[in-house]
Amino acid sequence: MLSHEEGIRVVTRGLILLGIITLVEVAIALVGNGHVIHGLYLPKLIMYPVMIGFSLYKAYFIVYEFMHMKYEVPGLAKSVLLPTLLLVWGIIAFFQEGGSWRQRREQIIEKNKENVAAPKPTGWNNVPEDTKSML
Amino acid sequence: MASVDTHVGHEVQQENWGGGVEPFKASYGKLMMWYFLVSDAFTFAGFLIAYGTLRFSSMTWPLPDFVFAKIPFYSGEAPLIFVTFMTFVLIISSVTMVRAVQEGHHGNKKGVVFWMLLTILGGLTFLGCQAWEWTTLIKGENVSVTRNPFGRHTDDGVYLDASGNETAEIFKAGDSYLIHGHDHHGQVEFDFRKYKVTSGPDAGKVSQLEFGPKAFGALFFFITGFHGFHVFSGVVFLFVIMLNAASGLYHRRGNHYEMIEKIGLYWHFVDLVWVFVFLVFYLL
Repeated sequence: MLSHEEGIRVVTRGLILLGIITLVEVAIALVGNGHVIHGLYLPKLIMYPVMIGFSLYKAYFIVYEFMHMKYEVPGLAKSVLLPTLLLVWGIIAFFQEGGSWRQRREQIIEKNKENVAAPKPTGWNNVPEDTKSML
Repeated sequence: MASVDTHVGHEVQQENWGGGVEPFKASYGKLMMWYFLVSDAFTFAGFLIAYGTLRFSSMTWPLPDFVFAKIPFYSGEAPLIFVTFMTFVLIISSVTMVRAVQEGHHGNKKGVVFWMLLTILGGLTFLGCQAWEWTTLIKGENVSVTRNPFGRHTDDGVYLDASGNETAEIFKAGDSYLIHGHDHHGQVEFDFRKYKVTSGPDAGKVSQLEFGPKAFGALFFFITGFHGFHVFSGVVFLFVIMLNAASGLYHRRGNHYEMIEKIGLYWHFVDLVWVFVFLVFYLL
């Protein structure tokens, strides 16, 4: 068990760490979207992994320090954290699905724009006389 | 199985079958709180994954720093500032919660009550902020569960005035717009401004602003509402447990104020979910 002073120090360190990371995340979002320097945009390919990485670190810190997981029996930690890895599968599967839906929507819009000559009318005009009587 | 434990061996087996041994050295209440949080994490993950899927499947999506740009007492644009403040409120309330648990481990009843009170104030502040955010979106900008007046242009263009002439107001593809609504005999009337496309294959076409993807409003209100409900229930539980602590109940139990630890787990989980809601809705 931590002493009183050690406890306060851990907590202050945690607060400053989480605070700074949050500010950096927001700064990246604002700078990257042109709000700080007008017209300056950062590529999403850099912004997104950095922001996601920071949030994952915040999650690790909250679970391991604030929720005390670091000091628990390893089996408890595994029984809680390993099931959440299933969500990785869910994320990959569903985001791929969403992308595929968008692709199909784009395809529909493309096709709607195409100019196609009106096809020769078919229907009963072309049905041979003898089959008409069979219908 | 008995062969793995060497010197303890047979006695360990008897002890475990006799009961009274805590699995993972954690009390029943603490263990079950963890497993409840796992289930809740899956529920929130389901919502957030649905958000991602629908967002990726949409042709356009409102830009978060355009939609969430209002702060109290200021009429200009302050993108993401208010929601960053809300994030700090929850982080600070998590820190005060850790302090309350620490005071409980030292048996300091007054310390526990003090730090829990601060945590509750943090939670109430967050709820107040969320209420302000919702009010601004619903009343000020007319977002609802079925209507989303925030959109993004897909072509460059120029707005037309009432008589169909080009104004000086131009926009580029990717720029965001808000369809303003005003009250007209109790109903909301929207200003679907006309514009002319100035580039791309549709150049010259005259068109009107359209509502943005419908799912935006529904997803925003359901996910932040579900999270806000967790904050609210957390505040209620914190309040009850704070009163119990003040009455000396946990001192009498002699378990180092474990109840504070358990509700602390729930509160940190609420903060953790917000980290991801914040990331997904406002940053990405």
